Amino acid sequence: MAAKKSSGSAAVSPSNLVNRDEALAYYRDMLLIRRFEERAGQLYGMGLIAGFCHLYIGQEAVVVGMQAAQKPGDQVITGYRDHGHMLACGMSPREIMAELTGRIGGSSRGKGGSMHMFSKEAHFYGGHGIVGAQVALGTGLALANRYRGNDSVSVAYFGDGAANQGQVYESFNMASLWKLPVVYVIENNQYAMGTSVARASAETELFKRGISFEIVGEEVDGMDVLAVRKAAERALDHARSGKGPFLLEMKTYRYRGHSMSDPAKYRPKDEPKQVRDTRDPIEHMRHYGLENGLFTEEDLKAIDRDVKEIVADAADFAQTSPEPDPSELMRHIYVEA
Amino acid sequence: MEPALSIEILMPALSPTMEEGTLAKWLVQVGDTVKSGDIIAEIETDKATMEVETIDEGVVEALLVAAGSQGVKVNTPIARISGDEVVSAPAPAPTPVAATLAPVVAPAPVAAPASVVLADPEVPAGTPMVKVTLRDALRDAMAEEMRRDPDVFLMGEEVGQYQGAYKVSRGLLEEFGDRRVIDTPITEHGFAGMGVGAAMAGLKPIVEFMTMNFAMQAIDHIINSAAKVHYMSGGQISAPIVFRGPNGAASRVGAQHSHDYSSWYGNVPGLKVIAPYDAADAKGLLKAAIRDPNPVVFLEHELLYGIEFDVPEGDDWVVPIGKAKVRREGTDLTITAHSRMVGFALQAAEELATLGISAEVIDLRTLRPLDTDTIIASVKKTNRLVTAEEGWGPMGVGAEVIACVIDGAFDWLDAPPVRVHQKDTPLPYAANLEKLSLPNAADIVAAARAVTNR
Repeated sequence: MAAKKSSGSAAVSPSNLVNRDEALAYYRDMLLIRRFEERAGQLYGMGLIAGFCHLYIGQEAVVVGMQAAQKPGDQVITGYRDHGHMLACGMSPREIMAELTGRIGGSSRGKGGSMHMFSKEAHFYGGHGIVGAQVALGTGLALANRYRGNDSVSVAYFGDGAANQGQVYESFNMASLWKLPVVYVIENNQYAMGTSVARASAETELFKRGISFEIVGEEVDGMDVLAVRKAAERALDHARSGKGPFLLEMKTYRYRGHSMSDPAKYRPKDEPKQVRDTRDPIEHMRHYGLENGLFTEEDLKAIDRDVKEIVADAADFAQTSPEPDPSELMRHIYVEA
Repeated sequence: MEPALSIEILMPALSPTMEEGTLAKWLVQVGDTVKSGDIIAEIETDKATMEVETIDEGVVEALLVAAGSQGVKVNTPIARISGDEVVSAPAPAPTPVAATLAPVVAPAPVAAPASVVLADPEVPAGTPMVKVTLRDALRDAMAEEMRRDPDVFLMGEEVGQYQGAYKVSRGLLEEFGDRRVIDTPITEHGFAGMGVGAAMAGLKPIVEFMTMNFAMQAIDHIINSAAKVHYMSGGQISAPIVFRGPNGAASRVGAQHSHDYSSWYGNVPGLKVIAPYDAADAKGLLKAAIRDPNPVVFLEHELLYGIEFDVPEGDDWVVPIGKAKVRREGTDLTITAHSRMVGFALQAAEELATLGISAEVIDLRTLRPLDTDTIIASVKKTNRLVTAEEGWGPMGVGAEVIACVIDGAFDWLDAPPVRVHQKDTPLPYAANLEKLSLPNAADIVAAARAVTNR
């Protein structure tokens, strides 16, 4: 068992090649997350979204690349920075945005909020606000797959901060011991709220965190959707074939603060701009597609327009959907007979 | 191409509480072209300086608020951008408020629908009663439910090869195999979370804690993951799981292995909490718990495991959750108790009878939902109340029972209710001190004499 660094941030090898439809789809899915999150930030600024709101801007390639390699039925679970995961899973922008505004049209009928959404249809299991909890829960989803003898893999996302929680390692141990079909995806955006990885972790190469549990780990350029997809294919195949868990460390970056009220003073002022100018996942895909003749500027403009309309529609729905009826207060505490 | 539209950029709220701020600096000028993600201004609040990004694209037409302006209210237009094929931002619509917001009156504790009368199942005439230890009754309940439903499985420390730390799961590994009887490492937080994850996926795990003391390592998953997921998901996801294990004092095991968690779990909406006394209830209620679509915390008692009780023979003995049991009828006072304290309450009632005091003993059985109807009906008859529990008094089960009686039978009370509970100490090891700390039948007798002035 080994942990390895990615071979030079995903050099384009033949298996990296994508066709036109895939390239357009990845571009579109990442752009949808970007525009959705920007709009969520705007609605927050207008007072229409309240509480905690953790934006995914900058990390789009991770969920889009992972989703591209998944099979129908594979479960996804994550922490509180979950909007991108839900969009990638295929949940509707309307139900997500309306949950953010706390309306009845929201995915959780307005009772969950930004951090707590779920979709059985999309095999999305939340949406969890306790850092690291999703790792044990996601390992339990994998246990259920094994119990039922189905072919599904659970994909459990967590951040560099959660990587220091004890239950992560309790889960690693059991997942490896029992060879459960789970892929652990560490989204290392380099800051756990305001604490950099180096200030919090004795071993900063997080893909090595599975070594003592015999879990294969790999570092991946999480700003390159094609590199993510390629790594995801390896990891999912490994887990699906009965070899047990696989750990992917996605090197990524969040452009915005931890949550809406975070001015992000703990990192160099020009760091976000530098990442944005040199490693932006959407720009990366744009250039790759244009240079390789996969699509044209016109194709992208059409997608831009389409995405803007979808997001505007979601924002409109999120403002016109009514607040939940007061009778909702006492519903869903227990399963209704 | 859509017609170019002018877009107003509004002063954003940068935190849930921000109402106004200082527009410290503009980073763009009129005539600049901006695109989504560009930082256009810096805003200061009393807490921080924040950057404002535009999410629109176009040319800056006007800066409506000068740099350095203080006290700029949230949602004031601060700049105008000429849109270029822009879908305009939706105007902030007034929040439609659903109906009239009726004041929320303290909601009734969740109980079964009024139309359903909860009652123990009829035992058909001729059904033999068999003597079974509480330990084996629990095992039988699990085995019967595992035979009935292939989605039910057991996981925990030493439940398989070791046959259970207290031998509750004896024989299950042999019958059901290691797919359904899973020995875990000593890792409560992890395996409780995995159990909840499996339950969210639709399986029906029984998670055994060697004792409920160790479930404190896992209580985050019991409460934050299991109890809340149905509500947080708007009813989409549920967690049909049973957390079970011995709770409360054992014998001379010290403070960290002797804690009664009844009131902890009883406090949490989304959980059902059961604490049986005898083997028939233990079996019938555990079967009900396994069949229940909600997370259930099932509190057993180590000192009862080896005691034999009558249990109806057969595999269809299911006792409804949420129904207390009148264990002894009486007229002078009501004693409520659960788990092992029921035995002390019954002993106390015997002794009180010799003093000419007629005590009614209610075995609560289920702590959440609490069967307030049975308690209130009893107090309306006896006019006096003693509550007995093994755990600490403050914020405890007795406090809750008394509150429900104050609420439902205040005018029927002839004396202030009295609570019997553990002394307000961690449980000591020394035999004499342990005995002093724990409540017993004599304490209940004394309390009963006090409320009856006899």
